[in-house]
Amino acid sequence: MTQTATTQNGLAEKVSIRNLKFFYGQNLALKSINLPLYEKKVTAFIGPSGCGKSTLLRILNRMYDLYPKQHAEGEVLFDGGNILNPGQDLNLLRARIGMVFQKPTPFPMSIYDNIAFGVRLYENLGKAEMDARVESALTRAALWNEVKNKLTASGLSLSGGQQQRLCIARTIAVRPEVVLMDEPCSALDPISTAKIEELIDELTADYTIAIVTHNMQQAARVSDYTAFMYLGELIEFDETQKIFTAPSDKRTQDYITGRFG
Amino acid sequence: MATLGTSAVSTPTAQAIYRRRRRGNGILLTFSFAATIFGLAWLVLILAALLYNGFSGLSLSVFTETTPPPGSAGGLLNAIVGSLIMTVAGVLIGTPIGILAGTYMSEYGRHNQLTTVVRFINDILLAAPSIVIGLFVYEVVVAPMGHFSAFAGAIALAILVIPVVVRTTEDMLNLVPNTLREAASALGLPRSIVIRNIAYKAAMSGIVTGVLLAIARVSGETAPLLFTALNNQFWSTNLNGPMSSLPVTIFQFALSPYPDWQKLAWSGALLITITVLALNIVARAFLSPRTSK
Repeated sequence: MTQTATTQNGLAEKVSIRNLKFFYGQNLALKSINLPLYEKKVTAFIGPSGCGKSTLLRILNRMYDLYPKQHAEGEVLFDGGNILNPGQDLNLLRARIGMVFQKPTPFPMSIYDNIAFGVRLYENLGKAEMDARVESALTRAALWNEVKNKLTASGLSLSGGQQQRLCIARTIAVRPEVVLMDEPCSALDPISTAKIEELIDELTADYTIAIVTHNMQQAARVSDYTAFMYLGELIEFDETQKIFTAPSDKRTQDYITGRFG
Repeated sequence: MATLGTSAVSTPTAQAIYRRRRRGNGILLTFSFAATIFGLAWLVLILAALLYNGFSGLSLSVFTETTPPPGSAGGLLNAIVGSLIMTVAGVLIGTPIGILAGTYMSEYGRHNQLTTVVRFINDILLAAPSIVIGLFVYEVVVAPMGHFSAFAGAIALAILVIPVVVRTTEDMLNLVPNTLREAASALGLPRSIVIRNIAYKAAMSGIVTGVLLAIARVSGETAPLLFTALNNQFWSTNLNGPMSSLPVTIFQFALSPYPDWQKLAWSGALLITITVLALNIVARAFLSPRTSK
């Protein structure tokens, strides 16, 4: 099994996953994962369904804590601290490590409030500052021009692609350091997908991004690093270009050439 | 097995089977239709009887005068006001308890053994005969206090409201997709805010509907009030004393030998039915934008 030992390229590790195991009840879903997420880079998790890539992503913001009988062992270091510590404040963690989901999930409130809602919780902004924050988040999510005249309309009134960009805007409005994306384009049409991929590219200026995707072209297009997972194991992690041109593991090669999965 | 090329449906056997199915379908459809008509007919008959007997007695004095002694003119004012006071008080007591319990069951204890037990007991309470509730409140409130009171009536109604609200709140919160809760939690929102600002908002119409249905349920209850608030021939808004209510007044007047009391009973019955009907329609209207989506 190839692990983190790639190039010592001088990149800072924003998140370091060490010997991570994950259990659904008694069921071992992740077997000793070791993986870095480099700062301000996009890391893609690919692999066939059920390989554990979404599970891995959902550990990084402790989303699994919402459900009983799930637990993780090992270490996930984020800025030096292990986020798996029982004492970890989950709300603070999730404000710093944001997440975008597979299906767009606008809150049942106005477009403006969808963005402002999360911000209000951690910051005391005046009306003008909040307006500016909402505008900048929507602008960065490439949605501002489409919604600037109907900010009071319900978030649910937008199209699927717009809703997903609204969710991305909502996530970056609270200014997280890491953004996790769980198949963010799987429910979207190709045009919306292209917009979101462009967006991911722009977001790397400020954010560290981890993206789970079933679409290998998408992984190749948007990511700097790729982790290939299979049956709960990390098979290979390397620069995306290397994974897609000269993978070192036979299984990686078989998967990316479409021989299985 | 039919060979490729000959359509299996065109063989004589297949056509016989098909004809038999059509016949069976026709027969069952007739029975279902007849059963529906049979069921609905009673509702129509009840409404017709109520309208026929109650409508003629409906006059302004029904709403402005209190219940009369036999043989003289009067209205149902004290009964209407008494019903309103006790229903409102019962709903005010029962709704918060019901919503909080339903919230616990759906949001905090969804995977708990306790929730399973509470849901089971709540379902029993939901189906409990209301006369049992009336007797229970008589034992724990009326007997120690030493007298009947509107307060005891409100408590009895609250006990009827609680299971309805618990059930609908839990069901409606369970319908809120988990993805929405995850999305809110992923922003770093604490559980309490996720519940208050996201889950309640998404389930709002359903929870309101539950409360309206609970009001509709208790506004026609007679038995629990008979043992608690008793009745009052006179105007009274004293929560600590016996209070009149529409259902109990109807019960008393309908069984009386006096024609003018019986007439008032019909009018009261019509009033309650219209109120319950209106509440159900409003409740339905609250739910419809959700279901039509």
